[in-house]
Amino acid sequence: MENLNLFIRSIFVDNMIFAYFLGMCSFIAVSKNVKTAFGLGIAVTFMLTITLPINYLLETYVLRQGALTWLSADFADVDLSFLSLIVFIAVIASMTQLVEMVVEKYAPALYSSLGIFLPLIAVNCAILGGSLFMQQRDFASVGTAVCAGAGWGIGWLLAITAVAAVRERVAQYSNVPGPLRGVGITFIITALMGIAFMSFLGIKI
Amino acid sequence: MSNKNVFFNPFSKNNPVIVQILGICSVLAVTAKLEPALVMGLSVIAVLAFSNVIISLIRNTIPTNIRIIVQLVVVAGLVVIVSQLLEAYAYNVSKQLSVFIGLIITNCILMGRLEAFAMANRPWPSFLDGVGNGVGYAIILVIVGFFREILGSGTLFGFQLIPQSFYDAGYVNNGLMILPPMALIVVACIIWVHRSYNKDLQDQH
Repeated sequence: MENLNLFIRSIFVDNMIFAYFLGMCSFIAVSKNVKTAFGLGIAVTFMLTITLPINYLLETYVLRQGALTWLSADFADVDLSFLSLIVFIAVIASMTQLVEMVVEKYAPALYSSLGIFLPLIAVNCAILGGSLFMQQRDFASVGTAVCAGAGWGIGWLLAITAVAAVRERVAQYSNVPGPLRGVGITFIITALMGIAFMSFLGIKI
Repeated sequence: MSNKNVFFNPFSKNNPVIVQILGICSVLAVTAKLEPALVMGLSVIAVLAFSNVIISLIRNTIPTNIRIIVQLVVVAGLVVIVSQLLEAYAYNVSKQLSVFIGLIITNCILMGRLEAFAMANRPWPSFLDGVGNGVGYAIILVIVGFFREILGSGTLFGFQLIPQSFYDAGYVNNGLMILPPMALIVVACIIWVHRSYNKDLQDQH
């Protein structure tokens, strides 16, 4: 129940785009049409769902103060948390590489549809941000980490698809002032959607 | 390009935030107050300048296939130093910035400059490019932070700027400015003003 609540909250309340603005660079660049936006969203969801539990395990059993006690009691006051940034980003970069190779081998169709987005995900702030929030909030178990990761990913997917759909229409039908065309109006659309998403604050299941 | 252009272009004509649309995440998230915005700007200038120099020094020895991982490791190392320094000497600000110091690693400005400039240029121009882009980023951060703090809380750097008599006469702080979506609208306004002066930057549709 706790996890379901967290999952729903991660999608709507703690939305990566509308509440924290993580992964904005690729969000602005790729949200020109729905199809590619959806592809990138799927890739981000996938990466968040697998890197979050891995980083959670590393954090709990290697990095945190006293985490190494399962090896021997002598390590009780070893604190490796200053290494966490490097470990997290290394996990994310190598997982991206690994997933890219696996997808290329076993699902060529998916690979060609995701195309260049897979390698770019290593530097998407939403993925590293997910791991850092995980570290900050002391999740209870691996299951919690999986739920939060999947929720954040789906929230990101939802946000980019919705904004891409609006942008398609805006480019077709409306007469935007010259200086605001393209990026400017996208910012305003995202801001308005962010304000709308605030109405989800306080949801509990 | 002369060194002077390398240094001054990113201030306005080729600004990393409002023209190249890189590193938006942190611009939006840390600018509710001026002080964290300024600290964030300075941290990015330092990390960007030094990572540019380091990558430029070893650019001929990095194998092309794994260059992203090498770049990420260099950047992550520098960010760890910055975050430890902040925790030691500016603990309150580092608490406010929370995960966003760590997220400098995935700040797209860094990867963008490393890929586009440091991989192909000598150390001194790379240093200038790093500082220039960092300053261009910090300028936007400070402008957004200025407007959000003065309109949202009536203070600057925590000092009350709007006199009490205004409040007695019925003036109210605009609470909306504190909320994250307003940062997007402020950036959109900056883009609007900037592009109405630089017509060549406007999109056609």
